[in-house]
Amino acid sequence: MCLAVPGKIVSIESEGGITRCGRVEFEGVVREVNLSCVPESAPGDYVLVHAGVAIGRLDEGEAKRTLALLRELIESAREGGHEAS
Amino acid sequence: MRHLSEYRDASLLRGLVARLQGATHRPYRIMEVCGGQTNTIVRYGLDQCLAPHVTLLHGPGCPVCVTPASYLDAARQLAMRPEVVLCSFGDMLRVPGSEGTLLDCKSAGADVRTLYSPLDALKLARSLPDKQVVFFSIGFETTAPLTALAVLQAAEASQPNFSVLCAHVTIPPAIFVILQSAEVQIDALLAPGHVCTVTGTQEYERLSLEFGVPIVVTGFEPADILQGVWSAIRCLEDARAGVIMQYSRAVTPEGNLQAQRLIQRVLTVTDREWRGLGVIPSSGLNLSPQFAGYDACRRFALRLESGSEPGGYCARVLRGNLAPCDCPKFLKECTAEHPLGAPMVSSEGACAAYMQYSRSMHPFGDLGGA
Repeated sequence: MCLAVPGKIVSIESEGGITRCGRVEFEGVVREVNLSCVPESAPGDYVLVHAGVAIGRLDEGEAKRTLALLRELIESAREGGHEAS
Repeated sequence: MRHLSEYRDASLLRGLVARLQGATHRPYRIMEVCGGQTNTIVRYGLDQCLAPHVTLLHGPGCPVCVTPASYLDAARQLAMRPEVVLCSFGDMLRVPGSEGTLLDCKSAGADVRTLYSPLDALKLARSLPDKQVVFFSIGFETTAPLTALAVLQAAEASQPNFSVLCAHVTIPPAIFVILQSAEVQIDALLAPGHVCTVTGTQEYERLSLEFGVPIVVTGFEPADILQGVWSAIRCLEDARAGVIMQYSRAVTPEGNLQAQRLIQRVLTVTDREWRGLGVIPSSGLNLSPQFAGYDACRRFALRLESGSEPGGYCARVLRGNLAPCDCPKFLKECTAEHPLGAPMVSSEGACAAYMQYSRSMHPFGDLGGA
């Protein structure tokens, strides 16, 4: 139910408050998505789409940081450390 | 970056599991409150990859499962009216109320349809001017802004034949009830990432402070869940509470203000009955008086009667008090073909997930031989 899928904004089709919408690409499939809850989003941005509506933008920098933390966690285990977090 | 496959990488998951195996020697019980996370956990067999003394409990995180029979009975009454087209998300059609499902109504000739979004229901209303289109709207804070958006668009267009049977609920009051009841020992929680994308984390800070329980705001991919569990264990080992942000790529502490404004503008907080948990104060969302004209209960003069709640075991599963595989009816009287309760019906129900993935389960499930 709370499934939200990341997709990349291809184009903004219409501006205007609660009907703001754009075309969003999900792994090769492009669908129209309501973008009124992400008013500052622009083509190239990744958004989280829940039942046809974008509920948030994905932060590229934070994603990189999370992946780096995950790798660090594994590396520290290989080195026998126990304090990575 | 696709924001998906990176978190399903088999070598990454193997490394995380190895790390988690030795993370603690103490017994910890960690509850997730999101059907999507339950599904990932069971699908990838993550609960079986942890040290045996670390237990993952599944809380009332499936909105289809917690919607009470009273709303289903009301939806069935609406569906049987000749002028009504009753629409909802697919799983809602198969969940039993006191006397049957919405699909039973459809078999009896009612116009009942599965839709992907409340916005699609509004489109349908525009295309069927001689019908009354009712959207049976359920879901947590992730979905509530969509209902608000559809109602607001309907109001701006003065759409006369669209209304909503509004059964939305909010997560923090349910967590409060579960932590307060102490029926189940819970050492830490994984908070639902997409709910928090909308709401932010303030309510979870309060809950963590009040009950001294660490709460990790966690995503939905297998690496997210494993990192969430790792963070929870680290907090418990260090005797720290507080809110930890695992899903920082999608959640900010303040949440999505635009979506929150939509909820505040169109919906109002009310007490609400949950399947398995009873009435929880201030845990529901109804249409606010300004938009009452779009409330299906009011338009069709419906009263919500508290129905009999089938399946005492289901209630315990929803509270995290009974694992699906420990339920005496699981895969005996209760199967996907003949479900006795909502947790077996919904694709996000804990029982349905156990049924779908448990039988052939090996670590990392459908990543295959990872």
